[in-house]
Amino acid sequence: MLTACGVVSSAQSPTYGLGHTPTPDQLKKVDIEILPDGRGLPPGSGTAATGKQVYTAKCLTCHGPSGAEGPQDILAGGKGTLATPKPLKTVGSYWPYATTLWDYIRRAMPFDHPGTLTTDDIYSVSAYVLFLNHIVGEQDVLNQTTLPRVQMPNRNGFVSDPRPDVPPKKQP
Amino acid sequence: MEPEHSTVGRRSRRWFLGLGAAWSAALAACRSKPSSDTSAFPDARVPGAPIRPYGERSSFEHSHRLIRSDTRVPLEEASSQTPLHDTYGIITPSSLHFERHHSGVPQIDPATHTLTIHGLVERPLVLTVDEVRRLPSVSRIHFVECSGNSSSEWRSSGATDLQRAHGLTSCSEWTGVSLALLLKECGVKPEGTWILAEGGDSGRHDRSLPISKAMDDVLVAYAQNGEPIRPEQGYPMRLLVPGWEGNVNVKWLRRIKVIDQPAMTREETSKYTDLMPDGTARQFTFYMEAKSLITRPSSGDTLPGPGFYEVTGLAWSGHGAITRVEVTADGGKTWTDAQLQTPILPKAHTRFRWPWQWDGSEAVLASRATDETGYTQPRVAALVAVRGVNSNYHNNGVQLWKVAADGTVTNGNRG
Repeated sequence: MLTACGVVSSAQSPTYGLGHTPTPDQLKKVDIEILPDGRGLPPGSGTAATGKQVYTAKCLTCHGPSGAEGPQDILAGGKGTLATPKPLKTVGSYWPYATTLWDYIRRAMPFDHPGTLTTDDIYSVSAYVLFLNHIVGEQDVLNQTTLPRVQMPNRNGFVSDPRPDVPPKKQP
Repeated sequence: MEPEHSTVGRRSRRWFLGLGAAWSAALAACRSKPSSDTSAFPDARVPGAPIRPYGERSSFEHSHRLIRSDTRVPLEEASSQTPLHDTYGIITPSSLHFERHHSGVPQIDPATHTLTIHGLVERPLVLTVDEVRRLPSVSRIHFVECSGNSSSEWRSSGATDLQRAHGLTSCSEWTGVSLALLLKECGVKPEGTWILAEGGDSGRHDRSLPISKAMDDVLVAYAQNGEPIRPEQGYPMRLLVPGWEGNVNVKWLRRIKVIDQPAMTREETSKYTDLMPDGTARQFTFYMEAKSLITRPSSGDTLPGPGFYEVTGLAWSGHGAITRVEVTADGGKTWTDAQLQTPILPKAHTRFRWPWQWDGSEAVLASRATDETGYTQPRVAALVAVRGVNSNYHNNGVQLWKVAADGTVTNGNRG
């Protein structure tokens, strides 16, 4: 196994001698994804109570006062609708992981200015969206430790791809 | 030492330049003559347009991507659809390749863009665009199809025409570096079982892919149909994941991280998962199954009268090569083989042709494809029987086109 020791300046691809080794700072800037077990979450915290302000200022125009009005993606409601003719897929009714919500808000929201929320804003507004779905309480603190532990209602609602499934496979 | 023809070439060029000067003078002289001078010459002509540095199509051709009226750019759902009825052969012009992007089209300077490969690797690496282009490359022809293509056809309401219903598939020659080559340069650790691919668009679009696919036939592509990839297709580089749903073909690729589980991104949980009638949802439904469409005639066309028509269309499969396409003109009572036009390439659009003498009575045209695994494209009703009508993605059902006695062609899935 190669180690950093001795290859500091010639850190290029071994076969073609191209590229360079990213510095820790370079990696930190781009290494943004949050895994479902919480790996990648930075220090910080927030509650729905503080998140309401952020939501009202930055999210409400697109997602509605209670997260259920749109005009963009419906965030709240839809509980119990997935097996009905009119399923409503929301954070509360469909999303399997709270970490995904946090990751996506930091990654892509607000739509017109992603990258402008502070870490505490993101914890707060995540908490507020979960609160709108009755998944956390108004004063529950979300942070690196508590966010991955949030039990999403549809956590076990996903199955692997069984295709080809048509025509249906014969039962053994 | 210069080869002989090079000298000849230079001489020819000098000759041409000299002629050019004379030609310009002659043109100026012609233009200065009053137009009445040519009236006695019914066959009088003038030279055409001069050469130009970047080509454009004929001013008589107007085929364009369809931008749905409910799509405001750069809305999260932004998409435009390929006019499949106006394409020939198997290559979609880059200018007509469908678009689907989630936070607009970024304008990226290749001089500042980099690709970072890191995570569970022995040697993390940052490559410039120039460095990626210097690596051993390969060109291959592959389709890219959005898994939401044809979603209008789950219900009998159906879309009005081919472009609206099925225009989220296109096929190009892609040139790039094998992702496996890049990953081997970095040395994937044994615990690295997935990769996360991430774009440089404002929303940092990202998807997880199993390492087995990453080490198979995936490209980090920088060119499309012989020129650098267009901005809306991921300039300066994108992931090209042959046969898998369009959403994983991450555009504006800036980062690949080797990880030990899927990241469960928004695009692979809340979207691009297929809801079943029992309320469960299928996840990581990567493959685009075998599919075919008659592109001419199709809805919106009017046949001028009985007689000969060449029925033609496209077939493709995310599982490999197309081995057979059958066509019916009686709504599926009888099927006969269409001719497959070479090249017949794996995970690429394949052109088929089927001669038809239309007798002027009502007809229902349709095609169905079979791929190298033996799988045959099903009817939409067969898909609905298993998956219901709310799975949204991955509708590869047979498309019917109804030809009325007056020659008008409409969507036979409707009603």
